[in-house]
Amino acid sequence: MTKQQIPYRVLIGKPGLDGHDRGAKFIARALRDEGFEVIYTGIRRTAAEIAATAIQEDVDVVGLSSLSGAHLRLFPEVVNELKARGGADIPVLGGGVIPDEDIEILLREGLNAIFTPGTPADVIIQSFTKASQQHRDHDFQR
Amino acid sequence: MISKGEELLTGLKEQDPRAIGRAISAVENNGDVAADLLAALDQDLIDKVLVLGITGPPGAGKSTLTAGMIKTIREQGQRVGIIAVDPSSPISGGAILGDRIRMMDHALDPDVVVRSMATRGRLGGLCSSAGAAVRIMAASGCEVIIIETVGVGQSEMDIVRLADITLMVLAPGFGDDIQAMKAGILEVADFLVVNKSDQPGAEALCMDMEQIFSAKVEESGITRVLQTIASENRGIDTLLATVHRFAEHLDTHGIKAQRRSQALDAETLDWILEILRPRFILAMKDNPKQTDPRIRAQELINTIHNPHNITP
Amino acid sequence: MTINKNFTDWQEQELDASLNRFPERKKEFILHGDAEVQRLALPEEIDDDYLEHLGFPGKYPFTRGVQPTMYRGRFWTMRQYAGFSTAAESNKRYRYLLDQGTTGLSVAFDLPTQIGYDSDDAMALGEVGKVGVAIDTLADMETLFADIPLDKISTSMTINSPAIVLLAMYIVVAEKQGIPAEKLRGTIQNDVLKEYVARGTYIFPPRPSLGLITDIFQWCSSNMPLFNTISISGYHIREAGSTAAQEVAFTLANGITYVQTALDAGLEIDHFARRLAFFFNASSNLLEEVAKFRAARRLWARIMKNRFEAQQPSSMMMRFHTQTAGNSLAAQQIDNNIVRVTLQALAAVLGGTQSLHTNSRDEALSLPTEASVRTALRTQQIIAHESGVADTVDPFAGSYYMEQLTDAIELAAEELIAKVEQAGGVVACIEDGFIQRQIEQAAYDYQKEIESGERVIVGVNRFQIEEKEKPELLRVDPAVEEAQVNQLRRVREQRDEGAVQTLLANLQAAAESDRNLMEPILDAVRAYASLGEICSVLRKVFGEYRD
Repeated sequence: MTKQQIPYRVLIGKPGLDGHDRGAKFIARALRDEGFEVIYTGIRRTAAEIAATAIQEDVDVVGLSSLSGAHLRLFPEVVNELKARGGADIPVLGGGVIPDEDIEILLREGLNAIFTPGTPADVIIQSFTKASQQHRDHDFQR
Repeated sequence: MISKGEELLTGLKEQDPRAIGRAISAVENNGDVAADLLAALDQDLIDKVLVLGITGPPGAGKSTLTAGMIKTIREQGQRVGIIAVDPSSPISGGAILGDRIRMMDHALDPDVVVRSMATRGRLGGLCSSAGAAVRIMAASGCEVIIIETVGVGQSEMDIVRLADITLMVLAPGFGDDIQAMKAGILEVADFLVVNKSDQPGAEALCMDMEQIFSAKVEESGITRVLQTIASENRGIDTLLATVHRFAEHLDTHGIKAQRRSQALDAETLDWILEILRPRFILAMKDNPKQTDPRIRAQELINTIHNPHNITP
Repeated sequence: MTINKNFTDWQEQELDASLNRFPERKKEFILHGDAEVQRLALPEEIDDDYLEHLGFPGKYPFTRGVQPTMYRGRFWTMRQYAGFSTAAESNKRYRYLLDQGTTGLSVAFDLPTQIGYDSDDAMALGEVGKVGVAIDTLADMETLFADIPLDKISTSMTINSPAIVLLAMYIVVAEKQGIPAEKLRGTIQNDVLKEYVARGTYIFPPRPSLGLITDIFQWCSSNMPLFNTISISGYHIREAGSTAAQEVAFTLANGITYVQTALDAGLEIDHFARRLAFFFNASSNLLEEVAKFRAARRLWARIMKNRFEAQQPSSMMMRFHTQTAGNSLAAQQIDNNIVRVTLQALAAVLGGTQSLHTNSRDEALSLPTEASVRTALRTQQIIAHESGVADTVDPFAGSYYMEQLTDAIELAAEELIAKVEQAGGVVACIEDGFIQRQIEQAAYDYQKEIESGERVIVGVNRFQIEEKEKPELLRVDPAVEEAQVNQLRRVREQRDEGAVQTLLANLQAAAESDRNLMEPILDAVRAYASLGEICSVLRKVFGEYRD
């Protein structure tokens, strides 16, 4: 069996208090349809809960969604919580209503990619695939 | 330099969540370290752990019941593992592992070890990786492990065979499903949990089930039909106490050991299929013949049997 | 039209009474030239079929609207949902909106407030003041409504799980302005069922939440007769991705649940039903949306009359607020959103809404700027004053397509409601996830159509351009969180702590009993107990809901 034949495991999380999960659920299902195994945390999770779950489930990628404007606080918090738990190697992708100037900040803070409203699902899935692939390769070398 | 396998083993002993997760992945993905890792697990811990299987139709409240059991088990101070199984999509091979949602309240509790697993369309259900995941969790100190599966299909039944004790969860309002399942329930379940027992129809369902289970009660004298309202955390203490009593009964009568040995056989068979499958797929590609499949199968087996063709 | 007794009856009873109470906006409505605009166009013959399905406006089954003259009497309430950052900032925005001609306020609270957390709670991290105004104590509410006379305006508050607390604060602010509760007009959303299904700001499990809602119904029916005690909301169900028929079905199913709960608690249907309000989404498919509003109104009237045996026509009238579909707004070529909002607002008006919020062009990117909000309001004003659609009642009535679509949506909704009831009702369907799954599937299918290009969204998946210029966005100052936390600390230092603790203990005792919680919460609020403290007490007693 080759690595590529093993489904990638990803976690989709909604940090903060925002309950709008239409986008998160759509991406979860779209990823499923592309062969990913998707762990969905449900809404209203803390950064620590999301990071701990990602570690426990040994996922290749963490995807975050927040539409409430709290992304600058919450997304980097997840990156830091992952680091604190020995998961610095797990790439974190984020999506939501995020202004351009915030995208740069988030990328600097360690996010792997950021998606905004209207980003085609294909583009998002490609990013997940690429990040998962890189993580697996990295893992393979360990 | 220490090998990855040793590193993971040390991690397991230290109950490091990352190591546990990676060890299970290694087995699930049939990675290089899997065999060595599994061989080196602490057998004492594996023997001691109590493995519970929870199954039942969708909507009966399995995840809520599991969440309630986790809470109670933790209040009693035990470390608990959960293996939550969801089906893989037969088309894409992907899966949404959604049972995690109801367990998120325990996300920061280091003594609640959760692993979501997809069935990955395997031949004999999930026995191969789920069985290994059970042993890895046990080796990391889990004292109780719950395997939760959706539905009541054949592959779920197989997973449930890994458990020492199996609980079937039902709720009122599943009349037709229950009729269809009756035979299977008896075959598989040690306990029947009537969840949402405050809803209309619960009493009738309990009576119905008690009748079905009357033969089984004789063996141990332990009630086999229990009621819960998982969403309100009611009935779960009694449920767990009864399950533990039953576990003792199984232990003292040597039934647990017997079940474990059957489970290991089933798992071994699973591994055989798991290991052989890719080889046969390759062999079929190499030998595209239009003979009758039954005859072709025998031919392929003969080819594989040829020592020249066996690779370790 | 031949003279018909039903018509003359309506004229003599409903119409004349209405004209006496609310004279029409103009002495005569004429087109450019001198042709008169008919108040109400009718079919050649008014037969039983017409009466059963359409009837007259202001009369059962209310398909054609809830008032006999509709917008010829007065326009819908132009109500712009607003609120952000601190109470002082939001107060400024409200006074600006009132100056610009809005006729009702609509308060947006931030997420911690909506979920019953104080601004200094760990759960509030990063969310304070973001999607609405942060309210911790009565002091914030006093600032929010400073210099706004609460007897002159109607105030809508988008608050659900902790609605009873915010309502209590509002009542006390009015008290301090010297205005008794019975004079207050407005609406609290208070629709917790749709939170479990679509919006996510739940706190307590469904059953105790329904208890709180009933407490509000009960208290307000005797103390606050002009206030709408609930706004049963399909808006968020639609935003979560439901179809139009699902929006109607799940909203009305929730409505049925609230009514039944109140009846079970011993309330009389005609005492509280007229204070039930609804809230729908206006999406871009103009004809479908108009049909949806008409179908919803008729179906609710039938349910109230036949199932709950309401006697008063006012109990059967579905009055609703509408907001244009936030989800339809594109982040690309954002000026196109003005056109979308116009179509959606038009649908709401043609569908007979009682009040309307129009979204702003930039809301797919951030909270709206003041200039964008003004354009959104102007859109409503243009529809009201220039389009002419407000000069005649229910202009689409009798269109073959419109009536067929209205019937179809009503039927589909009716069937879905029956399905929910067969499966044990709304609460059981929420716990089981049935409703959530239906919505999720519809949302998924819709998005798939967009992704495949089968459904065209202008500027998003077709007619795209390279956009160089970035629009100016409103940003909430991150310092707001700290300022709000400091404000809360000051209030805590200045209040009588002993009194607060006693009142919170009283509240706990009341919550553990069957008593109505409105009075104990009013008392706690008056002593400046915080929202978070009050909700903690209730969490302790009721437990917390988890998806």
